[in-house]
Amino acid sequence: MTEEHSRKVVIPGEVIAEGADYLPGEGTEKQGEGIVALRYGLAEESNKLVKVIPLSGVYQPRRGNVVIGVVENVTFNGWVVNLDTAQGGFLPLSEYPRYVNKDEVGEVMGIGDMIVAKIFSINQRGIDLTMRLKGLGKIDRGMILKINPNKVPRVIGKEGSMISMIKDETKCRITVGQNGLIWIDGDKIEDEIFAKKAINFITEKSFVSGLTEEVKKWFEELKK
Amino acid sequence: MTKETFKRPDGRKVDETRKITAKVGIIPNADGSAMFSFGDTIAYAAVYGPRKMHPQHAQNPEKATLRCDYSMLSFSTKERIRPGPSRRSTEISKITEWALEPVLLIDQYQNMVVDVFINILQANASTRCAGINAAAMALAHAGIPMKNLVSSVSIGKLDKQLVVDLIKEEEDWEDGEGATDIPITMTADGKITHIQLDGKITIKQLKEAVELARKATSDIYEIQKQALKEVAGEE
Repeated sequence: MTEEHSRKVVIPGEVIAEGADYLPGEGTEKQGEGIVALRYGLAEESNKLVKVIPLSGVYQPRRGNVVIGVVENVTFNGWVVNLDTAQGGFLPLSEYPRYVNKDEVGEVMGIGDMIVAKIFSINQRGIDLTMRLKGLGKIDRGMILKINPNKVPRVIGKEGSMISMIKDETKCRITVGQNGLIWIDGDKIEDEIFAKKAINFITEKSFVSGLTEEVKKWFEELKK
Repeated sequence: MTKETFKRPDGRKVDETRKITAKVGIIPNADGSAMFSFGDTIAYAAVYGPRKMHPQHAQNPEKATLRCDYSMLSFSTKERIRPGPSRRSTEISKITEWALEPVLLIDQYQNMVVDVFINILQANASTRCAGINAAAMALAHAGIPMKNLVSSVSIGKLDKQLVVDLIKEEEDWEDGEGATDIPITMTADGKITHIQLDGKITIKQLKEAVELARKATSDIYEIQKQALKEVAGEE
C-alpha cells in the first residue's frame, strides 16, 4: 500500500484530487472535475476513493462504535447515558444483557455507574445503545482514562496492533471507547498505572510516524 | 492626488496590508482556536462544539446555530473599555455570524450550537476583520464542515484615495472628504459574504474597493491556509 505518502493535510475548500475517475468519500464533495475537501484533516486516497480523516474537533458518534459512558438518569424503560457527546445516549431496558423487571431498573444500574455499550442507531431524539453483545456491559472495577477522541485510532493502531501490544506488556484488559474514554482493568493496580502511562505516552507522541516501533522501544527500556 | 504621491501615516503603499501573523491551536481547552493579527490589532478566537443548545427553546430542529461573541478586552485600547456587552460589540457579533454562516455546512447538527468566542487583545482598527479571520481558522480547526474559508479585510477611502487595511489614525482622517471604512469578507473563490459601508462613495469607486479587497483577501487566505497546515504536524 502507498498510503503513507499519499496523505496530506487539507483545509476546507481545497481541491484534493482532479480527474473524473475519483470518487468523493467522507468529508469531501465533487465540484466539477475535482474532489474538494469540506473539512480540515488528513486527505487519504485508496482505490480512487478520496476521504478526509479528522485531526481535531469533537467526537462524531457513528453506528457500530463501542463507547464508554456514565449513567446520568434512570427512567422507567431504560437508562440515560452521558457519552460526552452533544446528543444524549439512551440504553433501553430491552438492550440490557439479561431480563430486567420494570420495577428494578434502578437496582440493576444507578446514576454514576459506567458502562461499555455499542451504538446501534442515531436518530433525531438521540443515540440508542445496546449491551447485548460480547465485551459490553457494566464496569465494576479498574480505572477510566480520558483521552482526545481524535487520538483513539493511534491508541488502537493498525488492526489493533498497538492496543494488543499494550495488553500483552501490561497484562491488563483494556477497552477503548471511540468517544475517548478508555477502561483499564488489571489484576494489580501497578499494572493499571503502567498501562495508563503507556497510553498517555502514545497520545503525546501521536504525530510520530512508526509509533508502534517507538512504543515497543519504550516498553523495552522500562523493563530493564 | 495620485497613487504614487499619496502618503499614508505609517508609510505603507495604498494596497499594502500591515504585517499579518496567524497561528492555529493556541487554546488547548477549546475544540478549535486561532490567533490572527494585522500589525498591532490582535484577535483570538476559540470554538466550542457542535454541542447541545441551551436554553432548549433556542434550539433549531433544522440545523445547528452559529453563535458568535465578540468582545474587546478592557486593556485593548489606551482608554479603558468597560467590560461586558455593548451596543457595538453585540452588533459586531451578529455581523461576524452573518459573515461566517454562508460557508458553514451545519445542517446535519440539528438542535446544536457552535460557539465562537472572539476576543480583541489589542486594537488598532480593523478589529472585526481580524476577528472574522481568526474565527474562520478556528472553525476549520474545530473540524466543522465548511465549503470554504473566509478572509476579511477593511478598505478605506481617505479623501478620494482607496487604501487597504486601515489603522486608527487613518480612520480619523479629516482632510477633504474624510474617511470611509468598508470592511469586506470574501470566500477563497472571491464571493462576498459580508460588506459594510457607512459614508459616501461612488459606485465606480466601490467596485474598485471590492477589487482591492479581492486581491488582499487572497493574500490573507494563503496565510490562513499556511497556519492551518503548520499546526497539523505538531498535534
